[in-house]
Amino acid sequence: MNGTLIIFLAIIGAGLILCFLRMLKGPTASDRAVAVDTVTTTIVALLVLLGFIFERYVYLDVSLVYSMISFVGLVALARFLERGI
Amino acid sequence: MSSIIGLIFISLGLAFDFFGCLGLVRLPDVYNRLQAATKCVTIGTCSILFGTFLVVGFSAAGLKALLCIVFLVLTAPVAAHAIARGAHRAGVKLWKGSVVDKYAEDKEGEI
Repeated sequence: MNGTLIIFLAIIGAGLILCFLRMLKGPTASDRAVAVDTVTTTIVALLVLLGFIFERYVYLDVSLVYSMISFVGLVALARFLERGI
Repeated sequence: MSSIIGLIFISLGLAFDFFGCLGLVRLPDVYNRLQAATKCVTIGTCSILFGTFLVVGFSAAGLKALLCIVFLVLTAPVAAHAIARGAHRAGVKLWKGSVVDKYAEDKEGEI
């Protein structure tokens, strides 16, 4: 693990911090839903990078399943925003 | 050689990811934020996955990366569209600089 890979992780971490800032500030619930969408997609990238850095490719399986579960959760969240439970 | 190209793809994807997250903070409106966040972050993550595929090569991990690209491209626009529709139906106002709202015109036509 050399300096380049640490910089990769730092950039992803900065993006995640920006997303959490929007999740704290967001005026409406829809803003927070958008932030959750962005966080899940960014975490898929983070898992892939971690698997690439530490050479544990089982993290790719984790990212695949995580993207599926986040898709189902986001569609349910959008239905909730549309007309309540 | 292909690992150098893969690292270039990973760097480009990281730049796209970061600028998408920056747009999520900087833009004024739910719909603008949704556009920046969804498009930039999806293409950035797909680029990182493709770079990983180029570095790893045709092994089990590389094929899983390609499968993850296909799944992200299929599902991320659907989720973004559902969130935008839910926000519009929940009554979130557009930004004051927006000039056209076709979905509201369509809804008036329905009623």
